[in-house]
Parts: sequence; structure tokens; C-alpha cells
Amino acid sequence: MEAVQCDPRQLEVLRRIMQLEFECVDLQLFLDTHPQETCALDAFRAFSEQLCDAKREYEAVYGPLLNYGFGMAPNGWQWICDPWPWEINWRRGA
Amino acid sequence: MDLRPLAVGNQLEKRCIEMWVYQKSLEYPAAVRATNPGLAKDVITQYGGPDGELGASLRYLTQRYTMPLPQAKAALTDIGTEELAHLEIVATLVYQLIKDATIEQIKAAGMDGYYADHDKAVYFVNATGVPWVAAYIQSKGDPITDITEDMAAEQKARSTYEYLIQLSDDPDVTDTLRFLWQREIVHFQRFGEVLDLLQDYYGRQHYFDMNRLLKGQ
Repeated sequence: MEAVQCDPRQLEVLRRIMQLEFECVDLQLFLDTHPQETCALDAFRAFSEQLCDAKREYEAVYGPLLNYGFGMAPNGWQWICDPWPWEINWRRGA
Repeated sequence: MDLRPLAVGNQLEKRCIEMWVYQKSLEYPAAVRATNPGLAKDVITQYGGPDGELGASLRYLTQRYTMPLPQAKAALTDIGTEELAHLEIVATLVYQLIKDATIEQIKAAGMDGYYADHDKAVYFVNATGVPWVAAYIQSKGDPITDITEDMAAEQKARSTYEYLIQLSDDPDVTDTLRFLWQREIVHFQRFGEVLDLLQDYYGRQHYFDMNRLLKGQ
């Protein structure tokens, strides 16, 4: 069933990015209606700092995560490289 | 209330992006255990059904323009954008559930009508094949009305995910649906807070009055 072969190391770094990004998404929504909450803002900054580092690490090897020049393209045009998000099956267990 | 940001450091400034940007990753690790066109036929309603993610994202993103409060504009922008990420998660489930299905499996699942029109492509329909229409959503220009609709929309999406979880016989799909279900609850909460802010803005003593009257129109 796995048509697209994924590098396990790539998936590991990507999963870390997805985890950090989810923290940022959730805090972002919270801050939209609680802009004065310093505690949430501090957490947002800490997670977004870690997210930045994780993305830099990923993009240096696997190419840009973001299009239109918002990501790094150090090794040629890796933007077109598989897998695309919908091609990865994050199957649990077995 | 002072709405100025507490502080704007370089860290935040450099990430100010004033356009939509695609990121090559899902918001949640969507997973499918086995080919299952029958389940795809149900799950697709969250792609193009009346309470699905297409309607959610378009509804919030188009309601932003007439919101009077910064918190409301931000919440609609950010929740609308997150719904686009959910749209991609639902599409991933549908794609993964049907991509390896045989014609026999498609027929047995009652997905042959869909196959006749779309092959295994992902299209905006509900669980019974009705295509998405803009009439599923509103953009009324009255902020109280719009946010109230958004709260109802989150509840309807939550209910739909609950029905899909009952219907799912794939534990990995169920796990992915549970994530989406949880997000509806968080969005409902955020919209509730926006409604609260709007009611303060228009004057809490007029809580149940029509907004148009409050605006003096």
C-alpha cells in the first residue's frame, strides 16, 4: 500500500516539526482572544523558536517546507520532491 | 481595553507574512490502516458536505472583512486557515482509503456512482454524493450573527465527526478523526470568546437586541 517510500529520518524530523507547529497553532488561536496573556505569549515564543530550529534542520537536508521564498532551498529545487503531505500514511503501530 | 501587543521582538516581526503560504506538511499525522472505499464515502462529507471543512474555511475567511474588532479579525483569519489544513487532512484520508481499491471493492462499497463521475479523484461532495454549494454558508455583515453562525458550525462539525467515529472501522482513521473532532471544540471556545468581546463592544446591557439597531442603522 505504501506507494511512496519515505526516509524514516525525514519523517522523524517532520513529525517533530508537526508537533511544535501544533503547539504554535493552538497558542495562536488562544492569543487571538487573550492578547494580554503573558504566559501564553512566552510559551508561543519558546515553541516558535524551537520550531524555527527544527525547520532549519529539516530544510538543510530535505529542501523547503514553505513555498514563495519563505523556506530555504540550499540543494537545488527540492520543492518538487516527493513525498507530498497527502502521500504519507502515518500508520500507527504494525 | 488596550489591545497593543505586549512587545514585538525581532523574532515575531521577521515572521510577519502577509499572504498565504503553503507548507509541505499536514497539521496532524493522518493515517489509514487499510483500503476502505466504504469509509471514504462517509468521511468525504467532511470535505464537501454541509458541515465540512471547505465550508468552514471559506465561511470564516470571507466573514473577516466586516468584523469590527482586532480579535475577531485575527480569530477568523487563523481558524479559517486552520480549517484549510483540516481540509487537507480529510482529503488525505479519502485519498489513502481509495487509492488502492479494486473495482470490486468500489462496487461492494456502493462507491460506483462516485467512481463514474470522479474515478479516484477527491471531489467536494457529501456522503450521498451531493456537491458542495455556497448556500451551506453565510456571510451576513452583522458580526453577532456571523459569529453565532460560526459557533453553530463548529457544533455541527463536532457532531459529524462523532457520527464518523461511530461509523469508522479503521482505528488509524478514528484517531485522525478524533484530532479533528477536538479542534472543533477548541474553535467553538474561541468563537465564544469572540462573541463575548463583541457583546462588550456593542454594550452588554443590550445582550439580546438586534445588532443593526445597536449600530444605529
